[in-house]
Amino acid sequence: MRALFDLLRPRASRGQLIGGVLCLILGFAVAAQVQSNEAGTTFATARQDELAGILADLSQRSDRLRADIRDLEDTRAKLQRDGQGEAAMAEARRRAATYGVLAGTLPAAGPGIELDIDDPSRRVLSTVLLNAVQELRDAGAEVIQINDIRVGVDTFFLDRPGGGIEIDRRHLDPPYRFLVIGDAHTMSTALNIPGGVMKSIQTTGAAGSITQRDQITIRAVRSS
Amino acid sequence: MIALIGLVAGVVLGFVLEPTVPLWLQPYLPIAIVAALDAMFGGVRAKLDGIFDDKVFVVSFLSNAVISAMIVFLGDQLGVGSQLSTGVVVVLGIRIFSNAAAIRRKLLGA
Repeated sequence: MRALFDLLRPRASRGQLIGGVLCLILGFAVAAQVQSNEAGTTFATARQDELAGILADLSQRSDRLRADIRDLEDTRAKLQRDGQGEAAMAEARRRAATYGVLAGTLPAAGPGIELDIDDPSRRVLSTVLLNAVQELRDAGAEVIQINDIRVGVDTFFLDRPGGGIEIDRRHLDPPYRFLVIGDAHTMSTALNIPGGVMKSIQTTGAAGSITQRDQITIRAVRSS
Repeated sequence: MIALIGLVAGVVLGFVLEPTVPLWLQPYLPIAIVAALDAMFGGVRAKLDGIFDDKVFVVSFLSNAVISAMIVFLGDQLGVGSQLSTGVVVVLGIRIFSNAAAIRRKLLGA
């Protein structure tokens, strides 16, 4: 124990001072290293391709956001320029049109796909159609029409006793024909994934076919 | 005693100033730290043995840190940086343990 006290007794020799300075550097380095370790633990363990994916995602998002900024700045400039409120009016009309298309109260046209389900034995259940609609929405479908019914946010599907399907209290008989506006490639890929919508249609014994079209016109509207 | 004060002051300074380790130093700093720790334990042991010499301590402290960092740098150039740094850490760890054991025997007599 005496050796320990002897060790801890301060002596202001040059060697002791240098040792002290070195230990100070050591402590500083330890603290710096510990902190830099704590800072970046989220990505430190990620593999290279994961990091590349994250980076691509982020740059895509920043591109999109930058385009949004440009659009909004354009709009702002237009709104500031006009005194009579014409641009504001046009902007409001444009927005009303967008919302109308989304809500299903306006007709719409654009590129998309046509999904035909031929079901002569009436074995396709409402869940299959519901799954199809949800899959399409996930894949970025903007407007959906089934036979002559426009699909909206509150659309519901029921099985009728004795076959056939009821959508929004209207009776639907096969064949079912989906007209969908959106990115055709993404949507057909989404429908065709293994165990996905197309597969479940085929398992019920019905025939489904997807056609990509440059122009889909949707005339059915929902009463607002 | 001065060394201990220096160590504590260094840690406190590090946490207060929050320095960022420059990128080129990042692979080598941890190894240099372990090497310096080894030198520190060696110094304490020498002190207890009564053969402490501050010149030896300073030289071993610096050369340990520099050489270990250089080994890792060389390993990085050869493409075996991570393996070599593991090796260096293992060797230094063994030395630290043996020094610690000697210090323990001196202080506690067991």
